[in-house]
Amino acid sequence: MRFNQSLVFIILSALLILTACGSKEEGEKETSEKGKVQTSSQGERQVLRISMATEVDNLDPYQSAATDTGSMMDNVFDGLFDTNEAGELEPRLATDVAVSEDGLTYTFTLREGVTFHNGAKFTAKDVVYSYDRLAGLTSGEPLSSKFSVISSIEAKSDTEVAVVLKEVDSSFLARNIVAILPEGYEEQSTKPVGAGPFSFKQYDAGQQLVLEKNENYYLTDRVPTVDEVQFKIMPDSEAALLALQAGDIDVIPGISELGIQQLGNAIEVVSGPQNMVQLMAMNNSIEPFTNVKVRQAINHAINKDVIIQTVAEGKGTKLGSNFSPAMDFFFQEGLDDHYPYDIEQAKKLLEEAGYPEGFSFTLTVPSEYQFHVDTAQMLASQLAEVGITVTIESIEFSTWLERVYTNAQYEATVISFTGKLDPFEVVGRFVSDYAKNFVKFNDPALDQAIQSALATTDEDERAEFYKKAQTILTEQAASVFIMDPDRSIGMRKGISGFKMYPIQKFNLEDVTISDKK
Amino acid sequence: MRVKKNLSLHIGYVLVGSLTLLMLVSLIYTPYDPNQMFPDERLQGPSMEHWMGTDNFGRDILSRVMEGAQTAFLIGALSVAIGLSFGLLLGSMSGYFGGWIDELIMRLIDAMMALPGILFAIVLVAVFNPSLTITIIAIGIMSVPSFTRIIRSCFVQAKEFDYVKASKAKGATHVRLMYHHILPNSLSPIIVAITLSFSSSVLAESGLSYLGLGVQPPFASWGRMLKEAQPFIAATPSYIVIVGVVITCMVLGFNLLSDGIRDANARK
Repeated sequence: MRFNQSLVFIILSALLILTACGSKEEGEKETSEKGKVQTSSQGERQVLRISMATEVDNLDPYQSAATDTGSMMDNVFDGLFDTNEAGELEPRLATDVAVSEDGLTYTFTLREGVTFHNGAKFTAKDVVYSYDRLAGLTSGEPLSSKFSVISSIEAKSDTEVAVVLKEVDSSFLARNIVAILPEGYEEQSTKPVGAGPFSFKQYDAGQQLVLEKNENYYLTDRVPTVDEVQFKIMPDSEAALLALQAGDIDVIPGISELGIQQLGNAIEVVSGPQNMVQLMAMNNSIEPFTNVKVRQAINHAINKDVIIQTVAEGKGTKLGSNFSPAMDFFFQEGLDDHYPYDIEQAKKLLEEAGYPEGFSFTLTVPSEYQFHVDTAQMLASQLAEVGITVTIESIEFSTWLERVYTNAQYEATVISFTGKLDPFEVVGRFVSDYAKNFVKFNDPALDQAIQSALATTDEDERAEFYKKAQTILTEQAASVFIMDPDRSIGMRKGISGFKMYPIQKFNLEDVTISDKK
Repeated sequence: MRVKKNLSLHIGYVLVGSLTLLMLVSLIYTPYDPNQMFPDERLQGPSMEHWMGTDNFGRDILSRVMEGAQTAFLIGALSVAIGLSFGLLLGSMSGYFGGWIDELIMRLIDAMMALPGILFAIVLVAVFNPSLTITIIAIGIMSVPSFTRIIRSCFVQAKEFDYVKASKAKGATHVRLMYHHILPNSLSPIIVAITLSFSSSVLAESGLSYLGLGVQPPFASWGRMLKEAQPFIAATPSYIVIVGVVITCMVLGFNLLSDGIRDANARK
């Protein structure tokens, strides 16, 4: 009897393996059949179905903190300005802005004839209401620390608003992409209302968020062609891939490189740098990373090209400093080759630093991010060549946040910084008194450069200061800045118009569906 | 029936034996350094140079499977040792003395069994940081209840046997009775329990490492290899199949072995 049970087990396992092999072909057949059904049934009303990995945290844009929620609801709300693909500001609800001589007063000229989705007319009062809430002028509690720099707001007329800052802050302008909400409307958390190209239709927790085309969008050349957008909540990336293959969804934002390979020619892909910085952060406050020569030696010992080839399947941009070329205007070129891969040079620097035999350190990585764990393994293998022994410690992300990010109790880690629209939020992480400067980088020259960048009102000058800051980070080898991994949007054939932005943003108003019938 | 029973034992011997051999060989020889990366040769299928192909870093899968065997046997052996020693202590006392000691120990074991083993291991790993030692301790503690129950039932039966009573009448101490008379006569179910527990330990380690909480990279572990192979299911299916087959062989081998031993003993 016992043996029979084992035999059954063996047969079942064999069957399992066989079915696993067979499923791919069946899946492909299914795709083509379902695809046909889809194109014919959609007919007049064009629906775009997009998978989203995370749940909506709050529909009210001022209460929401999740990046994914922000990028979905960004289609419902417009701000005074919006960003284009190069990270430059384009006018939206404002048509123009004038900055005073002293750099403290921003006077916005507002667009006329705009209405919110609930029919209310957009005026200067709405801007005052929105910014007052963000800055906490009336309530006393700023909803966003980025706006606490505002000292007063005044509606000069129906189409003119003056914002006065407490101190000169050249980063302020880029923050005006924030949503403008209609004054006095209290139901943003359940039925959000904005002035964007899409209006909110429906939200089913755990299932989907549905947006509808705004026929009356004020930018007449950018009225959406798609009638309805359904964001389907799909936490499992493999399930999303299968759904795209089966024709149940149309778009996967943030599709993995392997997913692209798996679906092959069945889909179309838009990809590009995502303004992210993946780095091996070294805790500059502990031995031996206090020594700049050690940090430089490590930079020489690491072959970033091989890491990009292996971990990112070649889809990444090599970096030299804490800045991605995605934000072209502020990007200092030529830093990515500052420390060419050179084992001899690395060994020489280690010897000069007093570590001819190398040393050992612990590399702490968040276990949920296989991308970083893989990178850590490559780094360990490459550093072994120069005699540095790396022990990898993978811990849960929540523990990582507490120990590494908040308390800086670590030796080295691999992580990535997500893209921000203003260079201060990117390079400012390394200012010595920044609370979350977990790299513990401390260099008066960098602090000075960032201070000057914030204080200037001249855009070219500002860019120069940020470029200088990037150069300092590279020369001081603050960390090993590895790559900006590409972000890819995978979609079924017939969908076009997606663009890549320096922040996670979906320009659904430009997307078109043309079904081949 | 006789041939069939032997067959189960034989297949078990062959599977476990060959994996043991693989592990022993890996102590002195692997075709390549298990951690050496050849980025130009990544994700290859089986070939003459790499019998089992290469992984996503261009590491030789055969060498890593061999190194992983060390991990599997080490974790299996040590966690069984932990489970067995606590199980022996608790089970023998519980079964031999009975009464309130039995009640106390068995309710404790019930409480331990109420908690899913893998959950317990995850909590342990979250409190302390993941490492080989913590993995072994977690899996070892997970196997204490089953050992305790099996050993207790052996002792409950055996203490009523005449030879035990006779020995007791002659004035033998409790310790002598428990470990000199009863234990040797309970060996066969314990051996079956050991082999079964060994295979479940290997499986538990694979599970933990698959969750990224077991043995730390780059040290090879079958569970971690399975996790690393998963994204490449479409690109290089041989990778995940090979690792899966190896784990299956190990678990199946020990299960068949324990079946065989049990049947062989039952025939006596």
